[in-house]
Amino acid sequence: MSNPLALIGRIATYLLLTVAAFVSVFPFLWMVIGATNLSADIIRGKVTPGGALLQNISVFFSSVDMPRILFNSFLIAGLGTALTLLVSSLAGYGFEMFRSKVREKIFAGLLLMLSIPFAALMIPLFIMMANFKMINTYQAILLPTVASIFIIFYFRQATKAFPHELRDAARIDGLKEWQIFLYVYMPVMRSTYAAATIIVFMANWNNYLWPLIVLQTNEMKTLTLVVAGLTSAYTPDFGVIMVGAIFATLPTLIIFFLLQRRFVEGMLGAVK
Amino acid sequence: MAQSGLARNEQVSGWLFVMPALVLLGVFMIYPILWSLWMSFQVGRGMAFSFGGFANIVRLTQDPVFIRALTNTLTFLAIQVPIMLVLALLFANALNDSKLWGKGLFRTAIFLPCVTSLVAYSVVFRSMFAADGVINQFLLFTHIISDPIPWMADPFWSKVVIISAITWRWTGYNMIFYLAAMQNIDRSIYEAAKIDGVPAWARFWYITVPMLKPVILFTTVISTIGTLQLFDEPNLIPSTPGAPSDSTLTLSLYIYNLSFKFMPSFGYAATVSYVIVVMVGILTLIQFLAARERRT
Repeated sequence: MSNPLALIGRIATYLLLTVAAFVSVFPFLWMVIGATNLSADIIRGKVTPGGALLQNISVFFSSVDMPRILFNSFLIAGLGTALTLLVSSLAGYGFEMFRSKVREKIFAGLLLMLSIPFAALMIPLFIMMANFKMINTYQAILLPTVASIFIIFYFRQATKAFPHELRDAARIDGLKEWQIFLYVYMPVMRSTYAAATIIVFMANWNNYLWPLIVLQTNEMKTLTLVVAGLTSAYTPDFGVIMVGAIFATLPTLIIFFLLQRRFVEGMLGAVK
Repeated sequence: MAQSGLARNEQVSGWLFVMPALVLLGVFMIYPILWSLWMSFQVGRGMAFSFGGFANIVRLTQDPVFIRALTNTLTFLAIQVPIMLVLALLFANALNDSKLWGKGLFRTAIFLPCVTSLVAYSVVFRSMFAADGVINQFLLFTHIISDPIPWMADPFWSKVVIISAITWRWTGYNMIFYLAAMQNIDRSIYEAAKIDGVPAWARFWYITVPMLKPVILFTTVISTIGTLQLFDEPNLIPSTPGAPSDSTLTLSLYIYNLSFKFMPSFGYAATVSYVIVVMVGILTLIQFLAARERRT
């Protein structure tokens, strides 16, 4: 078993993975170290922690209305996720549990539209929002994202595993269709909801282009927009930017470490 | 025979469940995409439109900035997607070894980048690739280079930075798909090959890769579609979007500039956006055809 060739292969594998893991993790370390350094030191490549953390944090909090920005971010990501899950799971359930020829055709049509690039929608959506007088509102951010073909598809696939006997039993007990959805389907499918929550929350929290177009005043901006905005200064303060980047990364990082298995399942499940 | 009450009830319920989503998709997706098509035949500035026929398409062919954005986007695509997918495949293959020590740790580390927001990692990369930044310091220190590389000031190197950044962000994501697919391959095939004396590289090339063909195709298509829409990185990593001198300008960035930076030229921007639609459409078609071929 222990021929020299296999040993070399083994060492090469560990080397490859160690380099890959280091490269993957380094920017995170860099971000944290950067938050403790002055901007001039960061762009000079200083890799040791400095003493400017408190200064960076205080500059960040004095230039950004953090409570308001966090409120915007969590409202948009939270409410957006709740609405997306509701609307899209209703549709996924509807398509799977109530079959009809017309709806099957519509569903096939939706799948074709799955890859419509957002770049082709943003101009009409912007003009539409302007006509609705909804520029710079939460609605403008939320409305176009709530019905997600991707999540509808995800729920339809997951619903295939939902036992029809449960529905039949509930019908015999006299439950209405919406009650079956609310009291039987949703609790049974909670792990599907959990995985979808992660995907949608992340997408909403990190969304950049559409909020950039629609949210125009400082008090409406999300954390993502604020961090991006900090870089557009003539001489960006990278210490402060790193503090912002940490805040922007933290929620998804926490979700990832708490729900790692579900996180990965969520990403894969949407494909199966 | 008349429809029974229950069957009709089924029909009504079916529509009620899917209706909210269909209405929203109709208003915020189907209507805009058709409007965008119509708009691509309109010329004019701001909100003053007039019908221009194929004027916008003619303009595309004569617009050096569009040509530049298209070439850049296709360059990113042609170089970045293969590099990333090969790396993802290698990492997945290395991790798909039951005797590997520290498997979970490696997997988590390599997957970690796709937890970050595009904006956050873009600004972090921008600081790392500064003229005297940490990347140059490292390369100088290890004597890989003797002079600092002018990363974001040079048309070639700025593209290298964007490609490295996207590869960093998405390799782990693709790796997860490959790992999952590899775990579905029957172990006994490998055991049989091993007994027959097939070396590891040949097992990878002649067993793993062919078995993964569907998922490789899938990741190629999603990565391609993603790269065609590249916006966040070229907008945030350079000191000004698309810099230096448009060498990182992408189609999405150009559409944004045409619509929201200068006096809006919505009709022409819509035409550029349809270039992406057509490219994505062709790719989706290829995937559909390949998927059908697989089934028969």
